[in-house]
Amino acid sequence: MPEETKSPSPSTDGEAKPAAEAPHRAAMPAKPTGPAPEPWKSPMIGRLQEQYGSGIDPLTYLGQNYMVVDSSLIPELLRVLRDQEEFDYCVDVTALHYPQREKQFDVIWILYSHPRNERIRVKTMIADGEIIPSCVSIWPTANWLEREVYDMFGIRFEGHPDMKRILLPDGWKGHPLRKDYGIIQQDNEWVQINLGIESGQ
Amino acid sequence: MTDATKYLSHLELGEPDKTFLDSNELIINMGPQHPATHGVLRVILKLDGEKVLGTECVIGYLHRGVEKIAEHRTYTMFNPYVDRMDYVAAVSNGLGYCEAVEKLLNVEAPPRANYIRVILTELNRLASHQLWLGTHALDIGAMTPLFYTFRDREEILKILEKYCGARLTTHAFRIGGCLYETYDGFERDVKKFIDSAPSKIDEYEELLTTNRIWVERTKGVGTISAKDCIALGVTGPVLRASGVKWDLRKAQPYAAYRDFDFEIPIGEKGDTYDRYLVRMQEMRQSLRIIEQAVGRIPEGPIMAKVPKVIKPAVGEIYHSIEAPKGELGYFIVSDGSTQPYRVRVRPPSFVNLQALDIMVRGQLVADVIAVIGTLDIVLGEVDR
Repeated sequence: MPEETKSPSPSTDGEAKPAAEAPHRAAMPAKPTGPAPEPWKSPMIGRLQEQYGSGIDPLTYLGQNYMVVDSSLIPELLRVLRDQEEFDYCVDVTALHYPQREKQFDVIWILYSHPRNERIRVKTMIADGEIIPSCVSIWPTANWLEREVYDMFGIRFEGHPDMKRILLPDGWKGHPLRKDYGIIQQDNEWVQINLGIESGQ
Repeated sequence: MTDATKYLSHLELGEPDKTFLDSNELIINMGPQHPATHGVLRVILKLDGEKVLGTECVIGYLHRGVEKIAEHRTYTMFNPYVDRMDYVAAVSNGLGYCEAVEKLLNVEAPPRANYIRVILTELNRLASHQLWLGTHALDIGAMTPLFYTFRDREEILKILEKYCGARLTTHAFRIGGCLYETYDGFERDVKKFIDSAPSKIDEYEELLTTNRIWVERTKGVGTISAKDCIALGVTGPVLRASGVKWDLRKAQPYAAYRDFDFEIPIGEKGDTYDRYLVRMQEMRQSLRIIEQAVGRIPEGPIMAKVPKVIKPAVGEIYHSIEAPKGELGYFIVSDGSTQPYRVRVRPPSFVNLQALDIMVRGQLVADVIAVIGTLDIVLGEVDR
């Protein structure tokens, strides 16, 4: 994992904590140091690196393998993983928001291979507003999962058959899992028009 | 009608015909308030007479923003929230979350805690399958199994209540192990339950397995192939009924499942009847696991050495368990503070529900009810 992804976001972080937590935190020792991610070596990684070179950064953390890849390799790399490396089951598609970073979002695919009984993660970084290719044509299960990422983070997937919200109502404004979206924030306008009440709080 | 048309824009609807009798295609709304949708699920159906041409699920009515809440709670404070997702199998949810955080902390629960966890989780799997059977049979028109299953489910809930004080949203486990020691007579209660349970499962089977109405309503209904299951990410009994022998308890064992001897029941055709048989077999296998575990719970502590304030090092982890509905995964990212930077829940019900469309296309309206029942979804988990 690159150094910048590790650093938490101090400003939004501090605001978000409940007040009761604050004195507690002051007494705490410095951040615990855990094991650092190590390079992940395997025949598969060898094959992929031969093909894609430095676009792939394979790592291992707590026994779990993942690779940070360049966003230009999506979706070719995912297709190669399914067709040549037998990762036939896409467990999850999700995202992470780091508002301090230039490339604000991590998009993560969790993959599993039934023949190999192996689980890996593929991670890429994209900027706000950047469009990423959809992988519905690779794993149909990505359909709803990508819609949820769009709903919660506002990341659009190009080539998705039906890119719209899934959990929140269609007319809702804002994407709740972004770090700049407050915990009690809501789309007041939507609530007033559709529920006929002043506020949902 | 207009609202439904808006949702179905991708199904290429033409102008509705002038009179109702002329029209071939009809769009109807099922839910969100419908007893057979097991909660607040809205399914928009495009019909040709009785035949289903396509469906569209509208979900989110129970969305509470669990993943957002997690970012504003400490690891310990978030623990009870996970019980509210799949509220009929709260113990499984708690197990998955606690194990994920333990992995992130790089600690392991002591063997005694793992055995208690396995017993309670398997009891909860039985309770979840019993609730599924009762409601699924009721949807199809068989009322008696509901009373039988709820009578027996009560025994399990009593054990859970005696153990931790709660029947449904149990919060039974803590990060690092269990908070409570087993109560006096725990083993006796569990043994009494597993002694009587097989004959009770026989009773359910007597009512349904060879019942002609049940067989006609479930055989060949909602068939899905193993290939489609894997492509759609379907897991749990639905995947196994299509013939894929895959269970996380065996494929990637967690807790104490390595120590026990049990089979993975599978089906052949992947229809509603096979899924019924697979779940019935799973109930018997769960009893087998409990029987092995309860006789030899190891002595020792029930809590690993975990700091009072949980503060994992910077990093991320994905851990998943075999919940009654399928693969339940937690992807947790730590920024080194007391609160998770992100908790992503990979809910089995949400992903399995996606297969509804492919399973009901070309079938009759009445079969939609059977298929929703056989998918065994819990809307609290679909919407989170």
